[in-house]
Amino acid sequence: MSMTDYRKDFPALHQEIQGHPLVYLDSAASAQAPSVVIDAVAEYQRCDHANVHRGVHTLSHRATEAFEGAREKVRSFINAAKSSEIIFTRGTTEAINLVAQSYLRPILKSGDQILITHLEHHSNIVPWQLVCELTGAELVVAPINDQGELKLDALYELMNDKVRLLAIGHVSNALGSINPIQDIIAEARKFNMAILVDGAQAVPHMSVDVQALDCDFYAFSGHKMFGPTGTGVLYGKHARLEAMPPWQGGGDMILEVSFTRTVYNDLPYKFEAGTPNISGAVGLGAAVDYITAIGAENIARYENQLLSYLSEQLATIDGLQLIGTAANKASVQSFVIDGIHPHDLGTILDHQGVAIRTGHHCAMPVMDFFAVPGTARASLALYNNRDDVDKLIAAIRIATELFAE
Amino acid sequence: MSDANLDIENLRELYRELILDHARNPRNFERMADATHSAEGINPLCGDKLKLYFRINAANIIDDAKFEGSGCAISTASASMLTEFVHGMDMNTALQYFELLQQRLTAPDSPVEHAPLDLGKLRAFEGVREYPSRIKCATLAWHALRSAVQCDDHPASTE
Ligand SMILES: Cc1ncc(COP(=O)(O)O)c(C=O)c1O
Repeated sequence: MSMTDYRKDFPALHQEIQGHPLVYLDSAASAQAPSVVIDAVAEYQRCDHANVHRGVHTLSHRATEAFEGAREKVRSFINAAKSSEIIFTRGTTEAINLVAQSYLRPILKSGDQILITHLEHHSNIVPWQLVCELTGAELVVAPINDQGELKLDALYELMNDKVRLLAIGHVSNALGSINPIQDIIAEARKFNMAILVDGAQAVPHMSVDVQALDCDFYAFSGHKMFGPTGTGVLYGKHARLEAMPPWQGGGDMILEVSFTRTVYNDLPYKFEAGTPNISGAVGLGAAVDYITAIGAENIARYENQLLSYLSEQLATIDGLQLIGTAANKASVQSFVIDGIHPHDLGTILDHQGVAIRTGHHCAMPVMDFFAVPGTARASLALYNNRDDVDKLIAAIRIATELFAE
Repeated sequence: MSDANLDIENLRELYRELILDHARNPRNFERMADATHSAEGINPLCGDKLKLYFRINAANIIDDAKFEGSGCAISTASASMLTEFVHGMDMNTALQYFELLQQRLTAPDSPVEHAPLDLGKLRAFEGVREYPSRIKCATLAWHALRSAVQCDDHPASTE
């Protein structure tokens, strides 16, 4: 079966925008959800909803089963050793902040370093800046080359025993560059640093095995992998999580509370204070099932072909410059066009039903590196096809015609 | 008319020739060394960043206006046209034009407050109405004008 057949599973794709069939090329910002996800959430709300871990009644039992069932699906999806290593969060951002505040902040001292890269999303920059400000630690940034690839030698040079944590994206959201994360982690293991991988842009496009990677933490968002917004995951190695104090206090994260002493709950509940996003987790579980049924390898193979086609076609447009031409890429192509600001391009494409993202993509340092205020970015998911690319190209040609002098 | 031509025609309502002309060849596009007032305008959504300079005399007349920075066609054209538009104008009148422009773009049916004023060339921006996310672009320079004359050090933002 060709991948394009999956298009029918996504109701949002079947609509007109400004009188044109929607061409959705903004999945790196947020992916559309298939009916199975939408229905799973609705079905849960309709039939099974109650609070989790709190009641002896039937609905509470069903809600707990659904919620913990989703956790088990996520565990299997990234091949974590235990489901207690899967912490549900609001998204990647919250997962990273949890590690910053609960893992790093208590151990960080002045003179320590946090190592990141020039490719990071603001979510993998600002949480570290916050703890640096509080502790006097230093944020160190590994450089990239003109293709938008990490300079590995330089990154390895920056690794030493002062580095408490390496926080690195698996796939760049602005450029699509895939970092050779396995090699990087192996190198980092020569020192005594913890390793966090921001996998927000990786999980929708490739299979991820956290045990094979041997990272300490892996963070991702549900809404970029066809699940609901407000869902996300922090994977953490059991021993690391066990040693960390809770981040937020409240219900569910405790075993026993008195005014003098509180006993924290076991993992993963210690990090899940308050009533969680139960229906969201159920939807995320359905998204995991959806991806698993298709097969991450099949998705990656299909998208790689489509990405090559996209980049080739874009390159045929006069005055268009591809930004981000790494040898190993996933799903994303950024570009700029002479004389047309990305924001104008975005409006002109939207007018023709084509949705792309324009601007800095929450990666201002990447924009600064390429000396552009922003880029236009087309990003692919398994439901896109060559027809989408062709429509994008035709719409860009209209923009260049409109702006031609 | 083919679909493509129709699209171009519709888009020309937004990207009128006057706007494209100012975007391609911005007027008064330079620093002003002897500015009495200046302010930055930042639109975080699209990364537009403009700096406007004004020389305002003792009688509150804007003697000169210039700008620099980078932005989309709409915000660049708007800044360029602003510098021409307010040249020689009383500062308070300029602020009234800002209010009028804002109103014409966001609530065109409400009664006109500054009735005797005429937007003139600034009418070119009326096509922006159909594109709510772009109204900020069309008014960014005007926001900066307001913060410049109010001596507000903080960059003007459309947020
Ligand atoms: C690489 C990367 N990291 C982090 C994030 C933040 O994800 P969220 O906004 O879902 O928390 C994103 C999404 O924009 C991303 O692409």
